Amino acid sequence: MQDLLRRYGMMLTGVFIFLVAFWLLMLVILPNLTLFESSFRPYLPVVDIGGPKDTYSMGNYMKVLNNSDPTSVLGIVVNMPIHVKIFLITIWYSAVATLVTFLLAYPLAYYLSKIASPKSLPTLFLLLFVPLWVSEVLRAFAWWIILALKGPLNAFLLAIGVLDQPVRWIQGYNGVMIGLVYTYVLFMVFPLYNAIQSLDTNQIEAADDLGAPWWRIHLRIVLPHAKPGIASGSVMVFMLSVGSLLVPSLLQSTNSQWFTQTIQQWMLESQDWNTGSAYAFMLLILCTLFVSLMMWVFRVKLSDIAK
Amino acid sequence: MSAGIDLDDVCCDFGNFRAVDHVNVNIQPGEFFSFLGPSGCGKTTILRMISGFTDPSEGVIRIGGKDMRGQRPNQRPTALIFQNLALFPLMPIWENIAFGLEVRGVDKAKRRARAEELLDLVDLGGAADKMVSQLSGGQKQRVAIARALAVEPSVMLLDEPLSALDLKLRQHMRAELRAIQKRTGVTFIYITHDQGEALAMSDRVGVMSQGRLQQVANPRDIYNNPVNGFVASFVGENNILTGKIEQSAGGMATFATDIGRFSAKLGDEARGDDLKLYVRPEHTALSAVPGAENSVPVTVSEVAFEGSFISVQAKTQSGKILTAEIRNDGSATVPAIGAAMHMTFDAARAAILPDSATARG
Repeated sequence: MQDLLRRYGMMLTGVFIFLVAFWLLMLVILPNLTLFESSFRPYLPVVDIGGPKDTYSMGNYMKVLNNSDPTSVLGIVVNMPIHVKIFLITIWYSAVATLVTFLLAYPLAYYLSKIASPKSLPTLFLLLFVPLWVSEVLRAFAWWIILALKGPLNAFLLAIGVLDQPVRWIQGYNGVMIGLVYTYVLFMVFPLYNAIQSLDTNQIEAADDLGAPWWRIHLRIVLPHAKPGIASGSVMVFMLSVGSLLVPSLLQSTNSQWFTQTIQQWMLESQDWNTGSAYAFMLLILCTLFVSLMMWVFRVKLSDIAK
Repeated sequence: MSAGIDLDDVCCDFGNFRAVDHVNVNIQPGEFFSFLGPSGCGKTTILRMISGFTDPSEGVIRIGGKDMRGQRPNQRPTALIFQNLALFPLMPIWENIAFGLEVRGVDKAKRRARAEELLDLVDLGGAADKMVSQLSGGQKQRVAIARALAVEPSVMLLDEPLSALDLKLRQHMRAELRAIQKRTGVTFIYITHDQGEALAMSDRVGVMSQGRLQQVANPRDIYNNPVNGFVASFVGENNILTGKIEQSAGGMATFATDIGRFSAKLGDEARGDDLKLYVRPEHTALSAVPGAENSVPVTVSEVAFEGSFISVQAKTQSGKILTAEIRNDGSATVPAIGAAMHMTFDAARAAILPDSATARG
């Protein structure tokens, strides 16, 4: 603080602090507080707002339990509220997306940090970054085109004779999965790259020298060392996937629904911001709980992730 | 169980750079062999080739008579101790030591028992459940040795493992390493740039420079009968005089320098013009009267009392500085600075050697 004052003087320091405070307070904290407050109030016609009907309750949160729908879980039919089901599906597929990104990113990160020659690294990183120069919307849309029934993927597979007739790729959650993995894979690659790079190569060689086959070297030496990186990458990919609206909207099929889409429907289609915010906070809180649970299960400390 | 190692005309190139240049050596089973040389001389590359992390560009490496071409590090009967030890920080000590056994599918109780046995062998009993970070430098050293011994290697490869330790501990670990080698009978190949270490521990020493093996001999011969100027000056101190051979007979020669004529031993490889005379400071004597032969009048210019010996710098009339060492037997007198004296050395202790290391072959 004193450093800042000495360097920039009273005036400029004041401007910095004001701008940061304005951003935090007006654009982050206040809107969130407003939504949080309104999530406990009923959705009322304008004339009734502030009237006797405008009381705090958990009613909006309880709406998630409406509309039971018989669902088969592992062969057992359960009567599950439709929004709870969407929520669980969202969590499940986000976890799957996280796992798939990890499986893709780990070999890549290992290659980049331990095998690729330092000279070729700038080129390789550039190649990884190039897709990010295009906006997320366009990339998701590009996948939609690639995966379309009469799209290039089917045309290619038909041409080389792998397929007899075109396959409808965007079915169920396939499109969403592909989109999420593609969009967020780098959020897994870089924490992993950092973690693996900090491993002393001598340890890999020592394990090799002691007779360990490659899979055991990874299991016992590289993976334990990379655990903080795996954790932070997984938390990032999972939270981004759960919260993604764009990818599930663009790459959805007729029978896929993401919880963020449900929130969007409450807010924009029903114009019921109160219930929408209640759902949004529910998502935030439950995902935080889920991530904390996973961190506890895998014995990851918060300080590991911050590294 | 130990095996000999043959390096048969081994070369190793990195791009255009030849790191190891036609190295030939036969290391006996159960021998303690050191590769000694400055950094960048290729000694670590040799070690990495024996352990299998680097492939020779030319030549063959045999361990116990068996050609090692195409054998991965995890298939060779060698165990490498890394310069930074490369212990596994996330495993307790006993798992570190038993890692090689875990790989071989030994069950947990047996692994644990063996790890404790090895910990006793290296005087670290009771440390089994500690973590690596709880140990001191010397203790980590011993864990690394125990971990390597656990896989019962025929050959132990050690890459300057003592360089990170302080002097006292280093001297203690020298004796310890030597004792462990004697106890286990395993062939030790030791890499170091510290001549003291190499001379004190080894059965034989191979001195390396610029990828070439300059001399292979027991420590006494390396020190007393170096084959060339590089070996002479890398191992120990020397007074070096340039000049020419005037005449030679029966392995002795007369060498003419700008400060006089001296007779000295002619080194085995002393051929060509690029020859110099090497005399070790401790093989010279200072006296008030000139000696019968090999005597130079000098003026004492600097005296350093080193404890066990006194190092004297003396200037010849032509300005060349020579060094003499006087052993401190308790009654040695320290010469006064400026005193006019005569430096004398024994012809049998002075050698005429080819100057550069690369003059060979």
